[in-house]
Amino acid sequence: MPKVTYIAYDGAETTIDGEASLSVMENALKNNIAGIDADCGGACACATCHVYVDPAWREKVGGPSDMESDMLDFASERRENSRLSCQIELTDELDGLVVRLPESQG
Amino acid sequence: MTDNVVIVGAGHAAGQAVASLRQGGWDEDIILIGEEDHLPYQRPPLSKKFLSGELPQERLLLRPADFYDAQTVERRLGVRAARIDRARKTIALSDGGEVGYGKVILATGARVRRLPCPGGDLDGVFYLRSIADVDAIRPRFTAGARIAIVGAGYIGLEVAAVAASRGLAVTVLEAAPRVMARVTSPTISAFFQDVHRAAGVDIRLGAGLERFAGDGRLERLHLADGTAVEADFAVVGVGVAPNQEIAAEAGLKADNGVWVDEFACTEDPDIYAVGDCTNHPNALLGRRLRLESVHNALEQAKTAAAAICGKPAAYAQIPWFWSDQYDLKLQTVGLCAGADREIVRGDPAARKFSVCYLKDGVVIAVDAVNLPADFMAAKLLVAKGGAVDVDRLADSAVALKALL
Repeated sequence: MPKVTYIAYDGAETTIDGEASLSVMENALKNNIAGIDADCGGACACATCHVYVDPAWREKVGGPSDMESDMLDFASERRENSRLSCQIELTDELDGLVVRLPESQG
Repeated sequence: MTDNVVIVGAGHAAGQAVASLRQGGWDEDIILIGEEDHLPYQRPPLSKKFLSGELPQERLLLRPADFYDAQTVERRLGVRAARIDRARKTIALSDGGEVGYGKVILATGARVRRLPCPGGDLDGVFYLRSIADVDAIRPRFTAGARIAIVGAGYIGLEVAAVAASRGLAVTVLEAAPRVMARVTSPTISAFFQDVHRAAGVDIRLGAGLERFAGDGRLERLHLADGTAVEADFAVVGVGVAPNQEIAAEAGLKADNGVWVDEFACTEDPDIYAVGDCTNHPNALLGRRLRLESVHNALEQAKTAAAAICGKPAAYAQIPWFWSDQYDLKLQTVGLCAGADREIVRGDPAARKFSVCYLKDGVVIAVDAVNLPADFMAAKLLVAKGGAVDVDRLADSAVALKALL
């Protein structure tokens, strides 16, 4: 069970035992992590699952696809390490992943 | 005095309400009452990837089963809430049970409208709104089978797309002069008519259905013009009606939906209503309306939960919708009725374009086809309001975002 740590905007940290093959967004929903809304259910149609990938994990997680990047243009406070968490599949390789949540979604 | 929240209904709005209540700090009991034998699940995939078999049932759930254990939610599934007694603050259930409530969130959604014409009970006539419906329909989806689809709204056309892609012989019957007449413009209707016809779908417009016929099972559909369509089975998608009866019978105002205010509250301060079953005021649109929309269900659920948790925030959202047909993603922002001007961006022939609808120089709605950038920008643009530079709007080289 790969672990994922979600750090809220106020600094509060929640570490969960993730389920591999579900997305980082689905794992957040499963654990009712506040700050990730999945308004479109993971269909890459809303940008409300926006996260900042911790610098130590950026290379392993990789960058966004073109379509995801188009969507990220509308996420509030887009940064270099922004990703839509519905598009990041959690794998055992990402055990220990850390993501930070933006101040607001949408 | 019971200090709990009873959620009547277990669909999109109900699922979001549970999450938002706990996130908002609600520590007391939550009871979820659902008519179907399923935890809250996503309805949009039913006519798309769940029908086609690409998405398994487990992935339809909004949250996994253990989520409700972890959040300490009592579930009564496969049970209907029959009656609300507002004086005693109890809800009578269809299994003879009774639940006392502190607050209620009515999330009863909508039910399919059934065609009143003869033959509707024949084996082979299906409606589509639930997992059970799709499980019954899917075995009929064999290559070469003849499907008649009654209604060319989102459901009808999405089913047509899946059927055509699977090699069925597809006929769509639509009473109106164009497809998706209720939800979009003639421009978008014409585009999708062409797309479906190119895929081999026989679309009959202005076609009134008189009756279904067959010997013990559906064999043909008789139209008002005297012609008949042979079919092995039919899927009917002619709209929905809000499940407002439980509210009306309890003396709450229900007229084209259960009436609520901007905090998703009915005239009874202990009873909220959210989602497809409601008639609600929208400050951005300047009127009341009833919506059939996942986004509205989620946002009203958040609104009700916030109010219950003592942090009320008025609902104010521009509606948005989507439909997946073949390789096309139609994403819609706002409501285009009343538009006096249309501007097309991009290239319909390339299947990547948007149609912007203006009223008095203001963009009131946008339909985007395979153009998520325009869809996302449109959400902000329509909410912002204000006049736009029409020349720049019409120039697809200018990102819609730049007009904000």
